[in-house]
Amino acid sequence: MMSEFSGFASLAPAWPEMLLAAGALALLMVGVFARNEASRFVTILAIGLLAVAGAMVLFSTQGAIFSNGFINDEFARFMKAFVIAGSILALVLTVSTAEDKGLNKFEYPVLVVLSTLGMMMMVSANDLMSLYVGLELQSLALYVVAAFRRENARAAEAGLKYFVLGALSSGLLLYGASLVYGFTGHTQLDRIAEAVAMGERNVGVIFGLVFLLAGIAFKISAVPFHMWTPDVYEGAPMPVTAFFASAPKVAAVALLIRVVFDAFEPIARDWQQVVIFLSIASMVLASFAAIGQNNLKRLLAYSSIGHVGFALVGLSAGNLTGVEGVAIYMAIYLTMTIGTFACILALRNADGYAESIDDLAGLSQNRPFVAGMLAVFMFSLVGLPPLAGFFAKWYVFLAAIEAQLFVLAVIGMLASAVSAFYYLRIVKVMYFDEPTRDYAVPAIEIRAVVALTGFLIVTYYFTVGAPLAEYAHNAAGSLF
Amino acid sequence: MTPVIGLGHFLTVAAIVFTIGVFGIFLNRKNIIIILMSVELILLAVNINLVAFSGHLGDLVGQVFALLILTVAAAEAAIGLAILVIFFRNRGSIAVDDVNMMKG
Repeated sequence: MMSEFSGFASLAPAWPEMLLAAGALALLMVGVFARNEASRFVTILAIGLLAVAGAMVLFSTQGAIFSNGFINDEFARFMKAFVIAGSILALVLTVSTAEDKGLNKFEYPVLVVLSTLGMMMMVSANDLMSLYVGLELQSLALYVVAAFRRENARAAEAGLKYFVLGALSSGLLLYGASLVYGFTGHTQLDRIAEAVAMGERNVGVIFGLVFLLAGIAFKISAVPFHMWTPDVYEGAPMPVTAFFASAPKVAAVALLIRVVFDAFEPIARDWQQVVIFLSIASMVLASFAAIGQNNLKRLLAYSSIGHVGFALVGLSAGNLTGVEGVAIYMAIYLTMTIGTFACILALRNADGYAESIDDLAGLSQNRPFVAGMLAVFMFSLVGLPPLAGFFAKWYVFLAAIEAQLFVLAVIGMLASAVSAFYYLRIVKVMYFDEPTRDYAVPAIEIRAVVALTGFLIVTYYFTVGAPLAEYAHNAAGSLF
Repeated sequence: MTPVIGLGHFLTVAAIVFTIGVFGIFLNRKNIIIILMSVELILLAVNINLVAFSGHLGDLVGQVFALLILTVAAAEAAIGLAILVIFFRNRGSIAVDDVNMMKG
């Protein structure tokens, strides 16, 4: 036992996390002592810190440490790389918008770094205790970020709603964890799997599993645990919403995958029913509820609920192809979401930022680049080939067909067709309506994010598609 | 003969406290502070569960888990109250019915 703590070198799998933890504290000090422009300076340092941590993740040592409470395998590395990428891009979007959005305090980037640390802990958690601590570190930082603009009544309300429902979901998850611990005698995920495989079907374990799934479903905002999402997304400032919709979703989905496959593989039949229900409900409700929305943030909130539903289609399959599909789906979803938010943040004039769909009227005439890219992201979110969104859906539906879940696949396709309505409405408004507002030239780094994500989405099949699929295949393989 | 208090009794108490907590969040129409108290009730129910299981199984993991939950719950309550304070500054009220700016 002692040898595990004896050397710094033996902690190699957790070096990126340790760097972020120390770095976040250092950034706090920098923020206190740097007088002028502290917020922008700390934001840039935080982006650099996350980039270094991301590089360390890519070359990190694999292995399990802290009595197997923390595991760094191919799957964890894949998911962490995308979590960090999401956080970096979300921070880049705040560099020029922070002042208008009330985020120009140095605590903001520090909180983003801390929540990213929590997400990395979640992805690497191999024990119910480390899972809980990681999840709470992420959530507590996110509650504060949601209410960061404290003079704004909407932001305060968003923070309050997020806090109350987030605390409830943590409570459900913990109650489930306590039941699982009690009826299996372990908190470590692989030991739970052994205990579940040996004993006969136990009602206590099933109860615990359902509570755990309900708690995690809150975090990924799957229907019927989605009610907080549109309100929180609407109330929080736009760059914060971009962050909420990207990195935490990826981390929570990774956590769900690890819990169901590492701990409850032997009773796959039981959790598959729950996941299938969450998946169908999310896809269907999101496609219909988004139709009536005029606020862009609410629309994107329902869009993110729907996309979680599609990702869960892959998870319902419960096989290697399914996990691979979910991994690819989350990577592509992250890119599309960040790109869409970057496009919207690019639209700014003296009156403020674009908030509703009407503000996009005739955009193709005064900002053709942004309009074109936003159209690309909308087509990709619908899932039209040859854009990346098509391949994301293709992988998860392939897995569902392989697992003989034909009904689920058909419902998914139909929901996807319905969702096309509201995505294409945005394209129609941009290209065929009369312009009502003029927008200024966007900041250089926002244009860079739009161009980068747009390039990846458009050329997916020819550039990143094959390596990403191979990487995801290896990542999924490490769970089986 | 004296009745023996066993695992089942502890689990029942925890389940009742947990249910009160969940209902306290959803049925309460008055005050947001009551919601914060309900969250604490839920976490206490979990702690009763963990300690009861820990005693029953004869290993310490459950009690370590309970200690972790206690510390995190303290941090969570601090953040919850802080958010509540900024909400009150903006709206001048902490009634549940006033948390209604955004709907749909």
